Amino acid sequence: MSFDMYKDVWVFIECFQGQPKSVGFELLGQGRKLADGLKQQLCAVVIGKNVDEAVEGSARYGADKVYVVKGDEYENYTADAYGHAFLELVKKYNPNTILVGATVNGRDLGSKLAVSLHTGLTADCTALSVEEETGNVVWERPAFGGNLYAQILCGETRPQMGTCRPGAFKKPDVTPDNKPVVIEEAIHTPKEEIRTKVIEFIKAAEDQGMSLAEAEVIVSGGRGMKNAENFAVLQELADVLGGTVGCSRAAVDAGWMPQTKQVGQTGSTVSPKIYFACGISGAVQHVAGMSESGAIVAINKDETAPIFEVADYCIVGDLFEVVPALVKELKAKNQG
Amino acid sequence: MNIVVCIKQVPDTTEIKIDPVKNTLIRQGVPSIMNPFDKNALETALQLKDAYGGKIVVISMGPAQAKAVIREAISMGADEGYLVTDRAFGGSDTYATSYILSQAIEKLGPFDVILGGKQAIDGDTGQTAPSIAEHLGATRLTYVLDLKAEGDKVIARRQVEEGIEVIETKFPVLCTATKESNKPRYATVSRKLYSMRCEIPELTFQDFPDIDTSKIGLKGSPTKVKATFTPKRTVTGVKIEGHSPAQVASSLIEHLTEAKVL
Amino acid sequence: MSLLYTDEQKELIAMVREMAENEIKPYVQEADEKGECPRELFDWGFKMGLHMLEIPEEFGGTGLSYETTAMIFEELAKVDAGYAISFVTSFVALRNVILAGTLEQGKYFADVVKPGKFAAFALTEPNAGSDPGAMRATAVKDGDEYILNGNKTFITNGALASVMVGFFKTSPEKGNKGISAFIVDADAPGITIGKHENKMGLRLSNTTDVTFENVRVKETAMLGPEGSGFKLALNALNLSRAFVATMAVGIMQRALDESVKYAKERKQFGQPLIQFQMVQQMLADMAIKIEASRCLVNNTMKMMDQGSLVQKEGSITKTFVSDCAQEVTSNAVQIFGGYGYSKEYPVEKLMRDCKVFQIFEGANQVQRLTIANVLNKEYK
Repeated sequence: MSFDMYKDVWVFIECFQGQPKSVGFELLGQGRKLADGLKQQLCAVVIGKNVDEAVEGSARYGADKVYVVKGDEYENYTADAYGHAFLELVKKYNPNTILVGATVNGRDLGSKLAVSLHTGLTADCTALSVEEETGNVVWERPAFGGNLYAQILCGETRPQMGTCRPGAFKKPDVTPDNKPVVIEEAIHTPKEEIRTKVIEFIKAAEDQGMSLAEAEVIVSGGRGMKNAENFAVLQELADVLGGTVGCSRAAVDAGWMPQTKQVGQTGSTVSPKIYFACGISGAVQHVAGMSESGAIVAINKDETAPIFEVADYCIVGDLFEVVPALVKELKAKNQG
Repeated sequence: MNIVVCIKQVPDTTEIKIDPVKNTLIRQGVPSIMNPFDKNALETALQLKDAYGGKIVVISMGPAQAKAVIREAISMGADEGYLVTDRAFGGSDTYATSYILSQAIEKLGPFDVILGGKQAIDGDTGQTAPSIAEHLGATRLTYVLDLKAEGDKVIARRQVEEGIEVIETKFPVLCTATKESNKPRYATVSRKLYSMRCEIPELTFQDFPDIDTSKIGLKGSPTKVKATFTPKRTVTGVKIEGHSPAQVASSLIEHLTEAKVL
Repeated sequence: MSLLYTDEQKELIAMVREMAENEIKPYVQEADEKGECPRELFDWGFKMGLHMLEIPEEFGGTGLSYETTAMIFEELAKVDAGYAISFVTSFVALRNVILAGTLEQGKYFADVVKPGKFAAFALTEPNAGSDPGAMRATAVKDGDEYILNGNKTFITNGALASVMVGFFKTSPEKGNKGISAFIVDADAPGITIGKHENKMGLRLSNTTDVTFENVRVKETAMLGPEGSGFKLALNALNLSRAFVATMAVGIMQRALDESVKYAKERKQFGQPLIQFQMVQQMLADMAIKIEASRCLVNNTMKMMDQGSLVQKEGSITKTFVSDCAQEVTSNAVQIFGGYGYSKEYPVEKLMRDCKVFQIFEGANQVQRLTIANVLNKEYK
């Protein structure tokens, strides 16, 4: 089958109240790789009421072209309006590949487009490449909670589509001199075709206090924390990783942390993706509550501490030096 | 209110282990469970039924053993359940699966509310339910916390990254539920006994005379699996060293990134 | 586990385990400390229908066998026996009303309990424990009513119950044959609930004195013929003995579960405790006692399902199992060492919880008397 009529790699630049989300720009970086591999152009798609920032951002992060659909009906995301606008664009320009951020609305839009276009959509991709001989994108994604990875192809239909989680990729380097072609399409969605209406928006509270059980990253401290105030160091690391702080029984007994934060046989049993044990010796009772964690990082001054027997990554050192260094490195990485 | 809930049987991914020698997924002995988010969807349905009355039908696509999750749904309070099963449906990706399920919903309907989990924990795509909506041409709302009826209107609260949208729409509507939507109830002893004794009818290929065969099964799936592999995992602890805390930190980040946990 | 379980039994056990592990277990330590179980915790059990397990469907129950019911209560007792006994006591009271009373009485009692209410069994008095004949509480006929007076003590569910089965002497001179049983609403004027007993164990179970002062009940509240109360009480005790034994099995199983887990994790002298032969022997003996106890309970339940009154078997079961439980839970504490003596770990509570099983429903010494009496008759 020839796909010659399908050209270009499109990236949906999702906005919230006129603010472009980072994931769109992250995908421009991946889109650039694919576009170069396919020897095609990289295009951003912006839909909204206020689109200026998204258009500027698309230029900054290297789009060759920006398709814009503007209108009052696009103030809030609705599957009907956004789906209609996007589909009209696709019908007119026949893209080869579409990348969408795996956000709440991105997943929704992606599904709508893929079904309408009778094509394949691969979710939550963590690596993208082009199969040279076929021009197929190789979509790599985790399954079974990350226990298995799969490479997926969409070989018989175009456009080929995928979503990627926010933060899965870094934003590309800024291209300050880039001047993309901006194509504004007057596509309007009739009111009666928009079946859902946002009648109110309630902004999320700043800190909703993640529970230990739900956290994907837990940074725990034990006797080595020395006092309650020092837990702020761990909080910083938890914040930068989107996780929460836990503790061992020793920290509870010392009155530094509430019992609700205790990990272990008499506290919570947890299995986050990453568990940091900082200044925790690794008593049986603690280990019993966290040994099923995906990756266990132990930071302890005492190299004979039993925590190192269960840790996947062992750091013999002062947590008050290592943890702040980690925070610094991670922040730099995130901004990269 | 007529409600249909789409549920999926999934392996309990927290129990999945990797064979350290062959480096493959060990599926044997891994318990199968109802996808947790589908349980939230069922609870949403049960709350709607508590408030407005009506009937709850559950459907699941999969092999015969998937009847276990249908029985579980009935033990929690669903009225009846159907298993959509056929060799012809095997190998379906989210496109084909959602098409087949949409056909089953049309056959069993009409329904005022169609519910499903926001995603399944084995595939994690989050695409099947909204794709069902698209095949049906139905209004859809993903990540719904709760919904209520006001006359012929539906008021739903939808969780997005920045907060909660309050949305007005009309029946029929397809909604997906999340963990935050509710806490699923336990079965009662008497429903449990009933669920173990009742019949779970099967819907097979023959029950869908008008189905478009180009959209089902492996052949009807636009995406194909090229290869699978297991990520590298550390079996014994790696010692992270360096001359300075900064070096230690970046070495650790490198390791975590390589192991795909970061 | 030693028994052959049907698929249905396995599912029911798993379902109760999930609920108890998630909703009850996290709060047990605090409730044990306070000596009080919050109503919300009981609601989980009521919602699931744990108060109506063996009750026939015509009375709104689920009609399970005694055997399956016992399996469920064993599972519940693994998480907390005090929690379990609150439901067991209620169920035994209702069961006996259905057995001894008229259809109307059975339905009345069931209707009170079914929406999620407890029942109690008011038999024991300060001076009449193992010897009900010494009872002093009286029921005096007055027109078409009886007037009840007396002090009852150690009443399980005393402050929780909405309805009770109370035992009173209608003919004080007749000893055991002068006792009659009545259905009494807990909110009837003249009933005073005494203070909650500060117990050694089973602290999630509510235990109080109940005082009856000129409490009036209709004569239709009498269960069975006048003077049949002692027989009713004995039958009820046969039933409850078998059921407390199943809870003791649950306590023992928990003790073993915790002990093996700990013995595998805890290292001394460079190796896990479970590698030491003396610890191995303790664990093996625990397992032996538990398996034997469970089989004994199961057989007694099956006999009850066939209509047997299990007078001897109930006593044998309760005595054997509760004696085993002392050793098993004590050894669990031993295996945990210093930690076992700490309230931070679960095993000291198991030891406290199980002591009463040698005492209530007839002390084990009295059980041996009963068993010997039956033997004496059997070998005539």
